[in-house]
Amino acid sequence: MNVLKIATAGSVDDGKSTLIGRLLYDTKSLTEDKLEAIKKSSEQRGYDYLDFSLATDGLVAEREQGITIDVAHIYFSTPTKSYIIADTPGHVEYTRNMVTGASTSQVAIILIDARKGVIEQTYRHFFINNLLRVKNIIVAVNKMDLVDYSEEVFNNIKKDFEALNAKSTYGEQIVSYIPVSALKGDNIVDKTDAMSWYNGDTILGHLEELEAQDVYDAGKVRFPVQTVIRPKTDEFHDFRGYAGKITGGSLKVGDAVTVLPSLTQSKIKEIFFFDTSYEEAPAGSSVNITLEGDINVTRGDMLVKTDELPKIEKQVTATVCWMDSKNLVPGTKYIVQHNTNRVLSKIDSINSVIATDYTGEQENKNKLSLNEIGEVSIKLSKPIYFDSYNDNKSNGAFILIDAQTNTTAGAGFIN
Amino acid sequence: METLINEIKPQKTTNASLQGLGNALENEAIYIFREVVAQFEKPVLLFSGGKDSITLVRLAQKAFWPAKIPFPLMHIDTGHNFPETIAFRDKLVKELGVELIVRNVQDSIDQGKVVEETGKYASRNMLQTTTLLDAIEEFKFDACIGGARRDEEKARAKERIFSVRDDFGQWDEKNQRPELFDMLNGTIEIGQNVRVFPISNWTELDVWSYIQKEDIEIPSIYFAHKRNIFLRDGLIWSAEDDVVFRAEDEVVEERWVRFRTVGDMSCTAAVLSKADSIDKVVEEIRDSKISERGARIDDKRSEAAMEKRKQQGYF
Repeated sequence: MNVLKIATAGSVDDGKSTLIGRLLYDTKSLTEDKLEAIKKSSEQRGYDYLDFSLATDGLVAEREQGITIDVAHIYFSTPTKSYIIADTPGHVEYTRNMVTGASTSQVAIILIDARKGVIEQTYRHFFINNLLRVKNIIVAVNKMDLVDYSEEVFNNIKKDFEALNAKSTYGEQIVSYIPVSALKGDNIVDKTDAMSWYNGDTILGHLEELEAQDVYDAGKVRFPVQTVIRPKTDEFHDFRGYAGKITGGSLKVGDAVTVLPSLTQSKIKEIFFFDTSYEEAPAGSSVNITLEGDINVTRGDMLVKTDELPKIEKQVTATVCWMDSKNLVPGTKYIVQHNTNRVLSKIDSINSVIATDYTGEQENKNKLSLNEIGEVSIKLSKPIYFDSYNDNKSNGAFILIDAQTNTTAGAGFIN
Repeated sequence: METLINEIKPQKTTNASLQGLGNALENEAIYIFREVVAQFEKPVLLFSGGKDSITLVRLAQKAFWPAKIPFPLMHIDTGHNFPETIAFRDKLVKELGVELIVRNVQDSIDQGKVVEETGKYASRNMLQTTTLLDAIEEFKFDACIGGARRDEEKARAKERIFSVRDDFGQWDEKNQRPELFDMLNGTIEIGQNVRVFPISNWTELDVWSYIQKEDIEIPSIYFAHKRNIFLRDGLIWSAEDDVVFRAEDEVVEERWVRFRTVGDMSCTAAVLSKADSIDKVVEEIRDSKISERGARIDDKRSEAAMEKRKQQGYF
């Protein structure tokens, strides 16, 4: 079964949770007991409609305030595909959660309130999806029922968004526009009669046609070693396997590989998935690989094809999304986790804080605060082996870990 | 190396699937298991004998083959388990050759740390938390791997894959670490621990389909059998008078039932079913109009029942 990962983005009250609830309801993924619970809670709150957001806003604080604070993951499936939706908060103070949700998604649904049109938040939502190179964008113009299902309103919003799209730095992005009413169920799963002027797909219809390709599929083969498997039993006395997940392309038995950072050369001897050996394994496989010859490989090392070496450097410049309440300032030390490799690093300089509204404004205040995005130069104590994020998502991203609090303080996308 | 070759099954041609050998969810779970072993010193797999933890065991086998599973299994025994589950647990552990740790809620009661609930809805489910936290401290476990899934319940939908707990075992749901891409940050202070959920992204149907595809053995109570039951609040309770409170007017009858979820006997309701094989069970789940936790009496206590339990260190 193929899995398609979707992230939603929208401002407060744009109806994200309602849209998800509607998707679940109309695909019959909401079971009777869950529906009953929503009915009960809706009544208790004095609503005269079913508040589907109660299905996804799982925390007490969220239900109290009627907003989504943290990413929730919601699951549903059709006969052809399994869907995972990351329902992300729209508030500006939750930008970090939106980045988190978008980091694993192949599709983003950006909601726009038909009455309000493209607003500042829309700019940020689109900007983040540009930055993270999310390939498919669905612009869902919601609450069409409140603007009399007006074609003109929809077209104006589409025109505004197209102007925004012209500023995008990611040319391969595919943007689709769908007029909907999540509350009424128009164009979510079922086509509506209310907008005869619209001939396109419904939200689900569009999702069904997208290829469920893994986020980590593009680029060159990269194999970060997670752990070394040494059974030390009589039967497998000399077995020494390198466990990890293949990203990029596929690996074959006999492929000439280079171990990073040692630059030792070898060949792939065997590829195991559980107790079965394979001639070839495609991207996405969690395999166990043995190499020819007696060489030293440990966690944090990376196997690549010898003719496809990445950059190996002790200095990187990256776009960083800051996720910690403690500001990022030059001179401080953080641990860079790049795939399975961890390296102590020092922040060299913060070159700019980037405006997320496409004004192109760059401020230089030499620090990054929570939810800000900026360009940062980082010096590393040991080299990392990376590609630019644009070329290879999985090998071009890293996280910054605060060495004092251990928290994940930021996410970087290498230029 | 000759022995190795003999042990390995015949080579297969490459699977044309876009998402790798195995399926996407399986690959993700194996990846998570390997991160646990690489990032923590003393992991443990919390094993309840239910289908989710049995699935975890199979995934752990796949992650580390040809080595044995490199951590022990731990069962927090409420003393009110289905006997079939315990028999199954002991057999599985023997076959795998892994260490099993059992800690008993009864001991926590005898030590006066927790008090047995009384009344119609008395259950030992809540009491497990204390026994679990004590065991984590006793063995100094830094990572506890569990079979919770995000699709089970709305508070669980907010859970991270690596979920940090403070030294009181508490979940700070409003201040969770962001998890980006598949990079997992398991760095913690001494005294803290991480709850790890490798099958976070699986649905109930995914688990059942996997059990079917992999031909994994599960306890017999998951299949249709005749049982003495009684009805209360529209749910089917096991008539086990030693463990489950039953009022005089609650009449016992024998029916064909099976369990969709297996917890403590006092908080797990049965469903009427004739599904006596894995194929029939998968079919039944696919057509089901009631969610799995619809048969969990413990969730019905309040809208925030799960969130509250999790804050206190419940699994």
